[in-house]
Amino acid sequence: MKGLRIIVLAKQVPDTRNVGKDAMKADGTVNRAVLPAIFNPEDLNALELALCVKDEIPGSTVTILTMGPGRAAEIIREGLYRGADGGVLLTDRAFAGSDTLATSYALSQAIKEMGEFDLIVAGRQAIDGDTAQVGPQVAEKLGLFQVTYVEAVLKVDKSKITVRRRLDNGVETVKAPLPLLLTVNSSAPDCRSRNAKLLMKYKHARTVTERQEATEDYLYLYDSRPFLNIHEMTVNEIKSEPDQLGLAGSPTKVKRIENVILQAKDAKRLTAADEGINDLMKELIDSHVIG
Amino acid sequence: MNNIFVYCEVEEGVVADVSLELLTKGRSLADELKCQLEAIIIGAGLKDIENQVIPYGADVVHIIDDPRLAPYTTSPHAAVLIKLFQEEKPQIALMGATPIGRDLGPRVSSALHSGLTADCTSLEIGDHEDKKAGKVYKNLLYQIRPAFGGNIIAWIINPDCRPQMATVREGVMKKGILNAKYPGKVNRLEVSKYVSDVDFAVQVIERHLEKRKINIKGASIVVSGGYGVGSKENFKLLYDLAAVLGAEVGASRAAVDAGYAEHERQIGQTGITVRPKLYIACGISGQVQHRAGMEESAQIISINTDPEAPINSLADYVITGDLSEIIPKMIKYYKQNTK
Repeated sequence: MKGLRIIVLAKQVPDTRNVGKDAMKADGTVNRAVLPAIFNPEDLNALELALCVKDEIPGSTVTILTMGPGRAAEIIREGLYRGADGGVLLTDRAFAGSDTLATSYALSQAIKEMGEFDLIVAGRQAIDGDTAQVGPQVAEKLGLFQVTYVEAVLKVDKSKITVRRRLDNGVETVKAPLPLLLTVNSSAPDCRSRNAKLLMKYKHARTVTERQEATEDYLYLYDSRPFLNIHEMTVNEIKSEPDQLGLAGSPTKVKRIENVILQAKDAKRLTAADEGINDLMKELIDSHVIG
Repeated sequence: MNNIFVYCEVEEGVVADVSLELLTKGRSLADELKCQLEAIIIGAGLKDIENQVIPYGADVVHIIDDPRLAPYTTSPHAAVLIKLFQEEKPQIALMGATPIGRDLGPRVSSALHSGLTADCTSLEIGDHEDKKAGKVYKNLLYQIRPAFGGNIIAWIINPDCRPQMATVREGVMKKGILNAKYPGKVNRLEVSKYVSDVDFAVQVIERHLEKRKINIKGASIVVSGGYGVGSKENFKLLYDLAAVLGAEVGASRAAVDAGYAEHERQIGQTGITVRPKLYIACGISGQVQHRAGMEESAQIISINTDPEAPINSLADYVITGDLSEIIPKMIKYYKQNTK
């Protein structure tokens, strides 16, 4: 039986969960160099969900698509180690400055070049923006139905899927026809770990740019082992209108950025000493703030 | 034409608080722009629903009522908004940053190629000069939100595309009735003109709604913990203090990410906004995203080992020290002084 062709949308993000004091430069811009770059957490949940569908329907394939700088090939390798079958890195200076809409446009044009598919799975949102917009915007651009906030696949076959959504106020079971785009919550199962055999198989997987920069002795491998080629897609390989790309294709503009400057209030300062805490509680009770 | 639209969510016949908050904000923006405020309500069994929104100052309420339109699914609701916006050409469209608004907003913005800013903490009207193009834009919507690790506040604008779309979390804007007898009009839309049968391909086959167990938004005292609390076990101290004071327990995003507290307790830009009379911040450093959710608290106590923690600048009382020592003392002296 032929399986489903699944595309996972993933993003490499700065780890904003562990932002230190040196994360901002003096001029107020982000010092990306000091922030570790990671596989966006909910995109890992998305990958796991895709791999579960692949386990369920033998013969399915999972391809990761990411847009970003050359370095973002790292997350494709990470995905290959965990069970993905291939990856595409969409990278070009023409995409620089894209807001969510221009990003969705570029991704959807890239997907059109990737051949037929049955299912697109993305993380609900990326931790560097938290917008949750790219998934639905890609779905709209491809004319697909969408189901967001998914935490589990309950049933899947070649033509339809039943999923459970986790919302603020409860859960929903939703049935939808394929092809379809899903976005996946962090409440979904964590992604499986790297597989030692896959790590050995894919550790030399490289994009063409990485191979050109490499000084290692493995270059002979790439002709005999095509699975080691991470497909690098530039703006020339997609059909696109230049005015839809990058900064020009972004309806939202940043007018102004302000550093956050805190004007200290005239606070009362205390320590853990008993007397001060006793006085504080008395004061709050007397002023009817508590009690 | 050129009005402000608010997409209103309805659950079991009741318009969501976040939608009423946005109508209130929309009314003041409409007054400033001298335009009308229009509400859109899409659902099933919507008899007399307009009475819930007109008092907030809605000049027009568009209602589209069909059994198939509830519970919410993306495509039919998106189809209505896309066509209605093409017809009515609003300058601004607002929706809640809820699972529905965050599902629907990007879909509509993508179809209309209009900009959408998520999770705004403030909306203002202002001008913009594009010096490169030599153009001046009057009366744009400034969509203001913290960005990137909370170290910056960004003013986002959509100079050329309409509508200017923004989502806002529940509790960020204040809701207020303008006039119980406000003269708003109702415009009933014909479902078949907006939605085709194909749009109903995605089906909700089962729903379990849970009443929110945690009511942080309504609590008059909030005891809130951050990453500095250090462990889930230490968080129990916060529950102890909250139990004594009749408070609710909140958490920063870092504490939620670390697994110290449930997501429902998250306070801040991407969580809940609270305005209690007392906010006790325990081991919270105070990034902008967190402050966005609590800075309007009437009084703030910060308990932190770091005397320079950014949150201290908001606090009325700064207690420097170890919370595992301080919180039990607060409980002890509260009990002593209320006997």
